[in-house]
This record gives sequence, C-alpha cells and structure tokens, in this order.
Amino acid sequence: MPTDAASPDAVTEARTGDPTGRPTSDAALRRLLHGLPGVDAVGLEARAATLGTRSIKTTAKAYALDLAISMIDLTTLEGADTPGKVRALCAKGAAPDPTDRTAPRVAAICVYPDMVATAKQALADAGAPGIHVASVATAFPAGRAALDVKLADTRAAVAAGADEIDMVIDRGAFLAGRYLQVYEEIQQVKAECGTAHLKVIFENGELATYDNIRRASWLAMLAGADFIKTSTGKVAVNATPPGTLLMLEAVRDFRAATGRQVGVKPAGGIRTAKDAVKYLVMVNETLGEDWLSPDWFRFGASSLLGDLLMQRQKLATGRYSGPDYVTVD
Amino acid sequence: MAPTAFEYAPAPESRAVVDLAPSYGLFIDGEFTEGTGQDLRKTLAPATEEVLAEYTQAHEEDVDRAVRAARRAFTPWSALPGAERAKYLFRIARIIQERSRELAVLETLDNGKPIRETRDADLPLVAAHFFYYAGWADKLAYAGFGPDPRPVGVAAQVIPWNFPLLMLAWKVAPALATGNTVVLKPAETTPLSALFFADICRRAGLPRGVVNIVTGDGATGAALVGHPDVDKVAFTGSTAVGKEIARTVAGTSKRLTLELGGKGANIVFDDAPLDQAVEGIVNGIFFNQGQVCCAGSRLLVQESVHDELLDALKRRLATLRVGDPLDKNTDVGAINSAEQLDRITELAAAGEAEGAERWSPACELPTSGYWFAPTLFTGVTQAHRIAREEIFGPVLSVLTFRTPDEAVAKANNTPYGLSAGIWTEKGSRILKLADQLRAGVVWANTFNKFDPTSPFGGYKESGFGREGGRHGLEPYLAGGGRAGEPGGGPGEGHGKAAGGRGGGKAAGTRGGKAAGARAGKADGARSGKADGARSGKADEKASVKR
Repeated sequence: MPTDAASPDAVTEARTGDPTGRPTSDAALRRLLHGLPGVDAVGLEARAATLGTRSIKTTAKAYALDLAISMIDLTTLEGADTPGKVRALCAKGAAPDPTDRTAPRVAAICVYPDMVATAKQALADAGAPGIHVASVATAFPAGRAALDVKLADTRAAVAAGADEIDMVIDRGAFLAGRYLQVYEEIQQVKAECGTAHLKVIFENGELATYDNIRRASWLAMLAGADFIKTSTGKVAVNATPPGTLLMLEAVRDFRAATGRQVGVKPAGGIRTAKDAVKYLVMVNETLGEDWLSPDWFRFGASSLLGDLLMQRQKLATGRYSGPDYVTVD
Repeated sequence: MAPTAFEYAPAPESRAVVDLAPSYGLFIDGEFTEGTGQDLRKTLAPATEEVLAEYTQAHEEDVDRAVRAARRAFTPWSALPGAERAKYLFRIARIIQERSRELAVLETLDNGKPIRETRDADLPLVAAHFFYYAGWADKLAYAGFGPDPRPVGVAAQVIPWNFPLLMLAWKVAPALATGNTVVLKPAETTPLSALFFADICRRAGLPRGVVNIVTGDGATGAALVGHPDVDKVAFTGSTAVGKEIARTVAGTSKRLTLELGGKGANIVFDDAPLDQAVEGIVNGIFFNQGQVCCAGSRLLVQESVHDELLDALKRRLATLRVGDPLDKNTDVGAINSAEQLDRITELAAAGEAEGAERWSPACELPTSGYWFAPTLFTGVTQAHRIAREEIFGPVLSVLTFRTPDEAVAKANNTPYGLSAGIWTEKGSRILKLADQLRAGVVWANTFNKFDPTSPFGGYKESGFGREGGRHGLEPYLAGGGRAGEPGGGPGEGHGKAAGGRGGGKAAGTRGGKAAGARAGKADGARSGKADGARSGKADEKASVKR
C-alpha cells in the first residue's frame, strides 16, 4: 500500500486504473481487493492469542476497565423490546454503577430504528444527551430487502434523531463477487446518513475467510464507512479476536494509504471484562493511542457492562461483589 | 488516580515457587554427591547479575564416576521391556507438567529469557518431548530400524545455554526411550534446570545411574566426550566446539551427532501475507533474544516490498517490551552472559563499520545485567560479516533479492545449513524452494515452530544427525541390519525436514511436522508430502549432496 497520504479515490484510481477514481465494475473492485496482501490464518490467530496473554494489572487495569465502559454501545436488539426496556437501558448507560457515580458513561445506546426517538428522549431525561443513539438499519440483521427499503429504513432512523447508523452489508452480493453493488449500497446509505456516523457491519461469521474480512474492510472504507463492525450478534460466530485484529490492521493500513482514520467495533460475544481488556490490548499494540478512544473503538455489547462494573468494584474495594450489585439491564 | 494512557503496570511472576539451595553437587548414580575437587562455580541471573547458587565443577574423576554409574545401570535398564521404560518417561513428563511453573521461573532466572517464553514455549515442549518418546519406547521394532534395534550404550550429552531444559529433553528423552543411559553436562551458565531435572528423575523413581548430571565448564565437557567408555556423543552448541569434539571422537567407535550453529534465511516474497510475515520475522530473530541456533538472522526480502515490509517491521519492533524477564508482559529479556553480550556488541559494531545501516527502536535498557536492544541492519550485503557469521543475538541483517533463483543462491551462500523460512501465498513456490534450500528445516509461512514429532538438524557446518521425531531415535539405536554403518558419523545421510505448517496451504504438511525422510533409506513412503515424484527427486539430490 502506498504510504503517502492520498484520498480514498486516489487509492481506488491507482488500483483500478479508472481516471474518475470511482470503481466502475466488479472486475475493477476485484482487482483492487484481491490485490491486497493475503492473510495467513494460523499466523493471524497465533498473534491474536499471544496478545491475549498480556497481563493487565492494577493501574493499567483500572484504566482499561473505565476505557472499556466508555466505549460500549449498550445494545438491545430484540423483537420484544419495549419503550420501558429502552428507557431502563438508557438510565443504565447514563449512570452505569448506582453505587459509584464516578463510573464513566457508555458511548451509545444501540436500538432498532423504531426505538430511536424513545432512546433520545430517555437520554435527555437522564441528563445524558451526550450519549449517542445508534440505530441498526438496512433490514438488519439479514440485509435482505430492496435497496429503497434499506434507504427508507436509514432515513427513518436518522429522522428520529439517530447519531449513528449501523448498517449491514449484503453478504450474498459480497460472496457472489458483486462488489460494486455492495460498494454502491454503502455509498447510498452513507448519503442518507447526513451528519450521522456510519458503521458498516460485515457479519464476519458469514464471510467465513480472513481474506474476505480484509477485502470487506477495504471495500467499506473506500465507500465511506466511518466505522467497520464485525457482526450483528445474531449469528453463531460473532466478534473474534483474530477477526478484529485483522480489521485493526486494515484501518491502520487504510489511514497510512489515505490519511483517513476509520473506527472499529467488535460486536457480539464479548461478555467478560477480561475479554474486553484483551481487545484493548490488541488496539493498543496494533494501532496505539490514536484509536484508544470511544471516537475510534467501540464494543457492541449488553452483558459486558455488568462484568466490567463488578471488576471495577473489585478493584476499588478489594472484594468481589456479585450480580446482585449491578443492575440487570 | 487512574493513569491517562494505557501503560501496562508491572506484572511480575513470583519467584517464591522456586526453592534454590545455596549450592549444588553432582548427580551421580541416583544421588547428589560432592565433586572431588571441592571447587564451586557461581551461576548468575543475567538480568540482574545476582548470584543464584553455586554448583560443582566436575573433574575427570567425577566424570569417570558418572560414566561408570551409567555403565552399571545400562545392562538392567536396557533389559527392561520398552513398556516399562515408557512408564518412567511418562512419569517424568507428568512431573514436569506439574512443576512447570516452578521450572519456568527457574529457567527464566538462570537463562534471562522472558517468562512468557519459558511458560508458553520451553516447558510445554519439554513435557511434550518426554511424552512423545515415552510413546516410542515399546514400538522400536516398528520404527523402521530393523526388527530388533538395540541401544548403543552410554550416551555423553553436552547441551547449550539457550534452551537449557528443552535441549536436555531433546537429548535425554530419546536416549532413555531406546534403552541407553546418559551422562549429561549442562552449560556452565545455566546448570540449574538440569539439576532440578535430576530431582525429578529421583521422584519418578528412575533407577540409579540411568541419568547422571555433571556440571562444569568446557573442561568437564571435554573429559566427558573424551571418556573411553562412552559409546555415543551428542552435542548441541557452537560450530567451533563441535569441530573440536569431532576431532576428539575421530578414530574411536563412538557415534556422534552434532547440532551446531546457523545463519538461517527468512525469505519474504512480494505476495507474502505481510502482517504475518512481520510476526514471523520478529519471532524468527527476537525469540529468546535471537540466541537460537535456527534463528532467522538473515531476512531476504524481495526488492518490490522492501520499503513497505521494513516500515511495518520497524513499527512492530517499537512495540516490543524489553526488560525484566519475570514480568509476564516482557517480550525480550536479557542476554545470557557478559561474554555473549560482548560478542553481539562486537559483531554489531562490525556491521556499522562495514557500512550497513543500524536501527533500533527507542527502548530503555535496565542498568544492571546483560542487555542488548533489538537491532536491525539494512543495506547488508553477502560480503558483510553480519551476513556471514552467527551473531546469536537480537540482530537482524536485511538483504534483498529480485528473483526466486537469487533468493535461493543467497540463502544457500553460507557455511551453515540449519533453517530457512519461505513466505509466499504460492504453494508451488514453497515446494520448489524447500527442495532447493540446503537447510535441515524449512518453514513455510511460519518460523521457529517446534514439535517433538518433527526431525531437526543441520546441513554442512550446522552439524549432522537428527533430533526429534522417528529420526531422532536412530542415533541411539544399533542393529537392525545396519550394524556396519556408523550411526552418527559424517557419512550419515541428511534427512530434510521439509517442515510446513499448512493452514490449508498447498505444501500439505502441518503443524511443523516434517515430511522428513532420510536419503537413501528404505522408508519410501514419505507421508504427508503431496507430490511423490518431487519428493523422490529431493531424496536423490540429498544423497548426491552428501
């Protein structure tokens, strides 16, 4: 990858040979994406495992726990969600530890589009309008709907006040090699977002290979994603350390090539403070300080917050409490 | 107040698990005894220069006592059914696992390498070697060395300081499994884990005299390999000492295997998985501070990706954590001795003097102990000393190539031939290069991967004989219709461990398990290698080469 700063378009142009800088065909995008360095699965997994052996203690742990809390997209994405449930979640996000008001707030509340207005209001009521509301959109989680339906879905969420949109890519199109379709869909959703930040979900578990994850990362970043996100949390395999590490490498290389910084959000399956700290170690040693902030790294999670709070209490008091001492939702 | 940046707090592993005596004797005939000379040597912690313990300098008489004990033990030990010998080996392996934390801390103290490595690499491999060769003990008749292979006798084993307990395992496990008895001399700077191993032998109820440990300096080693009643000599260490031993042993009936130095080439093509190649390069040269005989100390990178790869490598080196080896987050520990540090320092200075460009990441080295910052040299040519001599330290020499043929020519242009690495997404290229590289171990898209099932050993001045795997049994076995052939001598065929770790790669081999085969041996079925015709050709070539 070129190391001098250039626009994403310039990268595209360099790789596609297209003077407009816009990819015009699946073939052009395939040349670009398949020209990226390959991924050796065993080596990638070994690196992620080694980073997982870091021992984070005392002051470093205190820092990491608070940082992790502040990076959470506190999520409820259930068919059974009600305004009451969403309000409770917002209250928790605004004041995660009822026994310790020094606990940081979460980064965002993540809901379905129809709950965006409720969440906005609840956060304002809780005195935490600074917490973002993120909404999934584009026929989440399968992404199987007509483009105009997906765009309308996005429009509705943005109109209701969503600060961030978490879209899913069309995995079927990606796996069939219709890269241009995926690229254009992301671009059009991005256009609907206005000032809202766009997170693009790949559903790594369905892309299946690491090479695909790297290609999807570049495709989404080229199309304008502000964040790239591992998973919906709705399939068997969600965020994994190697998959996330690969995406961290992709945003690092993308910034080196284009000058534009993109965030990363692992989602689904991160339930313990220990796991969260391992992810932060990966960010720290792959990307460094520039990404160690809620602006550039998020956890998509729900139950993680409870464990982070228990570990935080343990660190402060020297005693383990228990699930009865943190709120249930 | 919580810190404002993600800086890892110290996470030291406790030393309390290791109970060190002020001084140690020699382990002869099942018990610790004093040496005849009564002179003690000190062993230091290289990270702090603190004296850890004193140990005994064994003299010729002590070595003679040990060899005689091993000789007495040989007859009953070799007469045991293989399954009985296996019991002891399994027991030793289990005790090693149970005491692995203690042994890891001990090894880190005495050697200076990070606890992360002793805990995650050395100790698991040590136990695995004993388990693996325990499994062979009752199957020797089916190992391909004839219907009734016999042990050789008393083995004199001299091991280095870079992997003290692991090298002990490589030597002791196959020797005992095949019914030999051993006298082992650990390195003078790292005697402690071998002495702890002696205790493990006792606790495992191993019959007296089967394993004897004599400690001391080079004079002890010379007395051991020169002892007239030794049947087999196995040495791992420097090429200079290896040559001396070969001269000592020449003209005797002793069998000899030597595992010596190396100047491994790590070859990165422009289609390599670059992020993983960077990890492999780091692991190849900074694992164990580069004090590894098979280290990938020469990086051969294709010119078209040179700048990109070097940028990535430097960025990665900046994240290496150098310091207290007992800290669980340390990546690079201390150099083993002042002597070794001097040698590394001298060669690095020569690199600069000869015009190569030196680079190290910003890192603060401790003020006491023996330390050398991770270093890389760019603009190195084949004519530079740092491209030809084994540095045995955390110093990487970066050279470039343009074509596969040039890569092979440069990789082979060394008196050594122990290891090589190939990084490419193209499976056919891996197979072709593995045939052309004159190295005992060739890793594909990985480096410094070890497994007890994989044979390991060198070409040329890297030595001869193979340790590990089925091949590792042979130096300790006589008979089976090969009686006339001296086992370990220079005439021995060089098996090539075409090691690969597939991960779905076309190379077809996995887990560092070598599809190794010995040239000219009746072991035609090279399991694990996909291309029969190609491997047949490789065999032919290997036999021509020797």
